[in-house]
Amino acid sequence: MNTASPLETVLRGIAITLVILFFMFPIFWIVLMSFQTNATILQVPPSISFVPTLQNYQGLITGQLVTDTSSLEIKFMSNLFNSLFLSTASVAVGLILGVPAAYAFARLKFRGSEDIAFTLLSFRFAPPLLVLLPLTIYFQQLGLANTYAGLIWVYQLIVLPLILWIVRGYFEDIPADIEYAYRIAGHRWWTTFRKIALPLAAPGIAAAALLAFIFAWNNFIFALVLASADKQPVTVGALAFITASGVQYGQIAAGIILSIAPTFALALYAQKYLVEGLSLGAVKG
Amino acid sequence: MALALENIVKAFKKDVVLDGISLSVDRGETLVLFGPSGAGKTVLLRLIAGVIEPDEGTITIQGRDMEGVEPEDRGIGMAFQNFALFPHMDATDNIAAPLTARNMNKTGIKSTVDKIARMLKIEHVLHHKPKELSNGQKQRTALARALVGEPDILLLDDPLRNVDAKLRFEMRLELPRLLKDQNATVIYVTQDYKEAMALGNRIAVMNVRGIEQTGTPSDIYLTPANVEIARLFGDPVINLLDVTPFQAEGGVQITLSGVPLTIDAGYLDVVGRDCIVGIRPEAIRFVDEDSAEAIPLEIETETPLNEKTVTLGLTLNGREIMVSRPAGTPGPAQGTGFIAVDANHIHLFDRTTGQRIDPQASPAAKAQGAT
Repeated sequence: MNTASPLETVLRGIAITLVILFFMFPIFWIVLMSFQTNATILQVPPSISFVPTLQNYQGLITGQLVTDTSSLEIKFMSNLFNSLFLSTASVAVGLILGVPAAYAFARLKFRGSEDIAFTLLSFRFAPPLLVLLPLTIYFQQLGLANTYAGLIWVYQLIVLPLILWIVRGYFEDIPADIEYAYRIAGHRWWTTFRKIALPLAAPGIAAAALLAFIFAWNNFIFALVLASADKQPVTVGALAFITASGVQYGQIAAGIILSIAPTFALALYAQKYLVEGLSLGAVKG
Repeated sequence: MALALENIVKAFKKDVVLDGISLSVDRGETLVLFGPSGAGKTVLLRLIAGVIEPDEGTITIQGRDMEGVEPEDRGIGMAFQNFALFPHMDATDNIAAPLTARNMNKTGIKSTVDKIARMLKIEHVLHHKPKELSNGQKQRTALARALVGEPDILLLDDPLRNVDAKLRFEMRLELPRLLKDQNATVIYVTQDYKEAMALGNRIAVMNVRGIEQTGTPSDIYLTPANVEIARLFGDPVINLLDVTPFQAEGGVQITLSGVPLTIDAGYLDVVGRDCIVGIRPEAIRFVDEDSAEAIPLEIETETPLNEKTVTLGLTLNGREIMVSRPAGTPGPAQGTGFIAVDANHIHLFDRTTGQRIDPQASPAAKAQGAT
């Protein structure tokens, strides 16, 4: 970059700033809103100067939604817990099922393996609304409606194909010779899978888990239909902010901040793994 | 017999790579599998190692049929052409892999790894990850990993292919001693004929059709089974000329640039047949113009190669001929020279099949030769 003229450097800086402003502005705005009362949010024209208040966060955490006219109980914190539990459990189940399956699809060539892998991927094609009605009926008959187990099961529709296909690609990128070498050295298949394949695919597994977590966290439609109040995640729970006395923008903003915090933290933490990639240089290209 | 392959067939989809390969290796012997890429040498090693299964045929190791036996139970050490080191482990752990599989204790592992590392001169890089090793060090690490478990059978898949020329030269000198110390049965794959000659007790020459010839290095060099093998072994490459043997007063003769050369009388059977004669560059010598059987040669270039000097010349018919002589001996550097061919050291091949034709030692032929 030594060849860049000062003008170029300045222009590039401006361009980058504009892009960051464009993408970060909604988040910035939401952060501001979360510290304002509904009244200041709705004032015309909007103003950046206001007296910050913590009452939105306070309301969410204590579970008492105080509006101008009334006081309303809201289960935001339990929704947040539901989201956390459902997403974590779904990803855990997805990893337990998906990683060995991905390894099988990557390494073993069995009859119909491609067809099965594609069928699993095709779960992602179907619009959720299409399967929801029959799913709801079945779940009610089976007693799975409004249970964590049922929701985690349905979430596999989102999580499993994602994990399977991403991790499979990473397993395929590991040269088979490396695993053969470990087998020939005298190690069992299972040891080879744990000591060679899993560590080498770890960045891929981390990436897949993170993406799956975000997808599960952001899911709305399955939870809306299949879960009642006490099992609802934040995405559905946010509907409660639309009250008879108006939309509680301040609480919505605070709720958004609280609900993106876990995925945001996770993404920051996992970034290291995502970037690290497979630059390992074991095999001469 | 340490290892026997019988009638091995292996195809990938419809592509038949190995078609009826049989091979046996004695205990303690080093067999070199020599051949061009695509001949299926690596596939053969993988079949022996058990990481792929043959479609047909049997593999026997130490008298035990290997069908259904997992790679970890075959008592094999293998060095891969691409090294196949474990990228997330340092060199010590890489080398120790066969030892950890046997639940050896930590001190035992350390001393064994140190010993082999000293032998291969990599003791100073043992704590490095593979990506921090040079190619030569990677290759030695891979070799150490194959050797450390003292396997009965050692499979070395072109281990010197990816290393620089200097190291290759050094290793070509070191490896035979190393392998001898191991007392292992070795199958060594290479595409380099010098490596094959230097390392093999026996060489099996393989190409897409299968194993074409098996024999000691000198067998292969002195009696190549076909034109292709004659061309692969030897540097400078063998001279190959089209000839048709004919019967003359002196016995069976061929003509080189109009000059008749009497060859072994045992070739009587091939009189009149289209043949290729193979003459090693060192079986040709420069002679004076007036000597008998002198063949004129237009000298093109002369290349000194340390211990020998190679001259490229054109015959009267415009065919290229290479002549090799020990360095320092006299020979024409330009203009026209005259050569004589040592008739006892020629090879005759059938021109259509390329197969070697050996002189018949029948009494009739001998009698013919005597007259």
